[in-house]
Amino acid sequence: MPKPLRYVNAVAQALNDAMAADPAVMLMGEDVAAAGGPFKATRGLLDAHGPERVRDTPISEASLVGAAVGAALTGMKPVVEIMFMDFVTLAMDAVVNQAAKARFMFGGQCSVPMVLRTPHGGGLNAGPQHSQCLEAWFAHIPGLRVVCPATVADAYSLLRAAIEAPDPVVVVENKALYALQGDIDVNAPRAVGKARIDRAGRDATIVTYGATLYAARAAADRLAAEGIEAEIVDLRWIQPWDEEAVFASVAKTHRVVIAHEAVQAFGVGAEIAARIASDAFDDLDAPVLRVGAPFMPIAFAKTLEAAYLPDADRIVAAVKSTLA
Amino acid sequence: MPSSAAQADPIPANPIPTDRRLALHRTMQTIRATETTLSRLFADGEIPGFIHLSVGQEAVAAGVVGALGPRDSFATTHRGHGHVLARGVKLDLFFKEIMGRAGGICGGRGGSMHVADLSLGVLGANGIVGAGLPLATGSALAHQTRRTGGVAVAFFGDGAMAEGALHECLNMAALWKLPMVFVCENNGWSEFSPTSTQFAATLDKLGAAFGVPHRKVDGNDVAAVAEAAAEVVEAARNGGGPRILECLTTRWHGHFEGDPQRYRNADEIAGLPRNDPLRRSAEALLAAGVEESALAALVDAVDAEIRDALEAARADALPDVDAAFRDVYTPTATLTAGA
Repeated sequence: MPKPLRYVNAVAQALNDAMAADPAVMLMGEDVAAAGGPFKATRGLLDAHGPERVRDTPISEASLVGAAVGAALTGMKPVVEIMFMDFVTLAMDAVVNQAAKARFMFGGQCSVPMVLRTPHGGGLNAGPQHSQCLEAWFAHIPGLRVVCPATVADAYSLLRAAIEAPDPVVVVENKALYALQGDIDVNAPRAVGKARIDRAGRDATIVTYGATLYAARAAADRLAAEGIEAEIVDLRWIQPWDEEAVFASVAKTHRVVIAHEAVQAFGVGAEIAARIASDAFDDLDAPVLRVGAPFMPIAFAKTLEAAYLPDADRIVAAVKSTLA
Repeated sequence: MPSSAAQADPIPANPIPTDRRLALHRTMQTIRATETTLSRLFADGEIPGFIHLSVGQEAVAAGVVGALGPRDSFATTHRGHGHVLARGVKLDLFFKEIMGRAGGICGGRGGSMHVADLSLGVLGANGIVGAGLPLATGSALAHQTRRTGGVAVAFFGDGAMAEGALHECLNMAALWKLPMVFVCENNGWSEFSPTSTQFAATLDKLGAAFGVPHRKVDGNDVAAVAEAAAEVVEAARNGGGPRILECLTTRWHGHFEGDPQRYRNADEIAGLPRNDPLRRSAEALLAAGVEESALAALVDAVDAEIRDALEAARADALPDVDAAFRDVYTPTATLTAGA
C-alpha cells in the first residue's frame, strides 16, 4: 500500500510526473523554485527538473502570466502559480484578453496550452485579500476551463488532466485542503468536464465543489441520521460543468441544493440553478436552493470568518427546506 | 515632436546594398499603399469597427522585421499592420481579415487589431496597449528554454512606456538574459495625448535602470533602422540579453481612422510629409543610381497586388457562425462542451 499523501504533495507529484512525461511542461511563479512554493506545492521540482523549467519569477503577476501565454504560443506548456487567487486580479488581461481568446480570435491557428494554478478559500483567517473564491469570473469567460479538485486523488488526476488539455485551464485549489491526506491513482482516467458522485442518495441532491464537499458530507451524515438520503455530486469541473451528471441526479431525487464557498450572488450556483430551471424543470419537486457566502468581503476575525463560510448547518437547513 | 534625425544616436556608415534597399522600399510601399487603401475603404464604410493606421511609420516595420530570421517571433500592437505585412502575411488573407471575411487569416474573428500568423511567428496584433510585451517576453523565454536560436521582438508605442508591463518585462528579460528586442515606435503621441505629458522618464534611462542597452535611431530612415535592428537582433540572439531599439517616427493619421485630431496642431500635421520615410528612401535609391522608372514600376506592381487582394476580399464569403463556435476551444475527442 502506498503511503497516503497530503493534497499539496499530490499537486507536487502531478507537476513532477507531467514534467517527466513532457519536456514542454515548465513551471513559473513567485517562489516556486528555490523556496519550493509558498505552500510547498512545488517542493523538490527545481532539483528534479532544473532552473530553466522551474522558474522563480519576480513579483510581476501581470507579466508572468502574459509571458506564460507567449511561451505557450511558442511551443511550451507553462504551469503558472498565482500565490493567492486574490492576486489574479493583477493578471486578468493576460488570462481574459490574451490566453482565453488567442485561439478564437486568431481563427483556430493555435491553442494556448497553459495552466494557472491558484489557491482560493477561507479557513486560515487570511483576511479579505487572501481568501476569495473568484472561480466564477473565469467560468464566465469563453475559452477558459476551470477545475476545482476537492480530494487528494483529484488534486493529482485533475491537475494532470489540466496540463494535458490543449486550452488554458484555471486550476483552483482550496488552501484549507492542502494538509488533507489521501491516496492518488496515477493511472486514474483524466477526463475533462466529468463530475463524480461522492455519495449516492434518493431524497435530495447536493451539488458542490472544492472544500464545501466536506461540509456537504457532514450535512449528508446528519440528514441520514434523520432518514434523509442526500446524493452528493462533486462537480470537479466548473467550466465545462457536467450537465449530464447533475441532470441525472435531479431526475432521481427531484430536489437540489447547490453549495459553494464563493459568494452566492451571480455565482456558479446561479448558473447551474438557471440551467436546471430551464432544462430540467419537469424533474423538480421543489425550488432549487443555493448555499453560498453572503454578499460581503470575507473578514479576518475568527468569529467573522466562521460566520461567513457556508457550513453543514446551512446545507442541512436548505435540504430540509426542499423536502418541506 | 521626436521626429528629427538630430535626436537619434549617431549611426555608423551602413552601405546597405542597393538590392536590399530596394526590397525594404518595396515593403514600405506595400504598407503605405495597403493602409492608404484601408483608409479609403474605411471612409467608404467597407470596413467595420476600428482601424489604427501606421502611415508615416513604415520604415520601422520594414527595417526591424526585415532583420528577423525564420525562427524569430514578434508580438505587435493595435497599430500593427505594417509589421504583419513586412513579415509576409499573404495580402489577400490580410484584406479578407480586415474586411471581416471568412477567408481572412483569422477567419474574420479578429479584424485589424488581432491580425496574427502563427506560421510566421506573428503572435498577433493586440487590442490592449502594452499587452504584447509579456507575450514577446514569454516567447523569448520559450526560445531560450527550447534552444530554438530564435529571438522575440516586442513592438510597442511610446504610449505603452507608461504601462507596468514594460517595466515588468524589462526586468524579467534582463534577469533571464532573454533573446529579446524591445522595439519602441516613438511617434510622440500616446493615443490622443502628447507623450511628453504622459511619461516622466526616458526610455534610455529606463533601460539603463535594468542594464538593458538602448539604441535610438531615426525611425524614418529605413537604412538606419535596418542597420540598428540587425545589430540588436544579433546581439540578443548571441546570448547578449535583451536590447531596446527606440525608433523616432511620425504618425500621419489619427489614433484611429475617423479621429478628427483636434488635439493636434495643424502645422505639425502639414509638416509630416517633409519627413516621409518613403520619399527619403526613394531619394536614397535614386542617388544610388536606381532609375526613376524602376521606382514607378515598383509602385505599379504593388498597386496591382493590392487591387487583386482587395478584389478577392470583396468576393469572399462572410464568416459562418457555426464554424466560429468551434474555435472557442480546441476540438478533442474527450472534452465536453462548455455550458
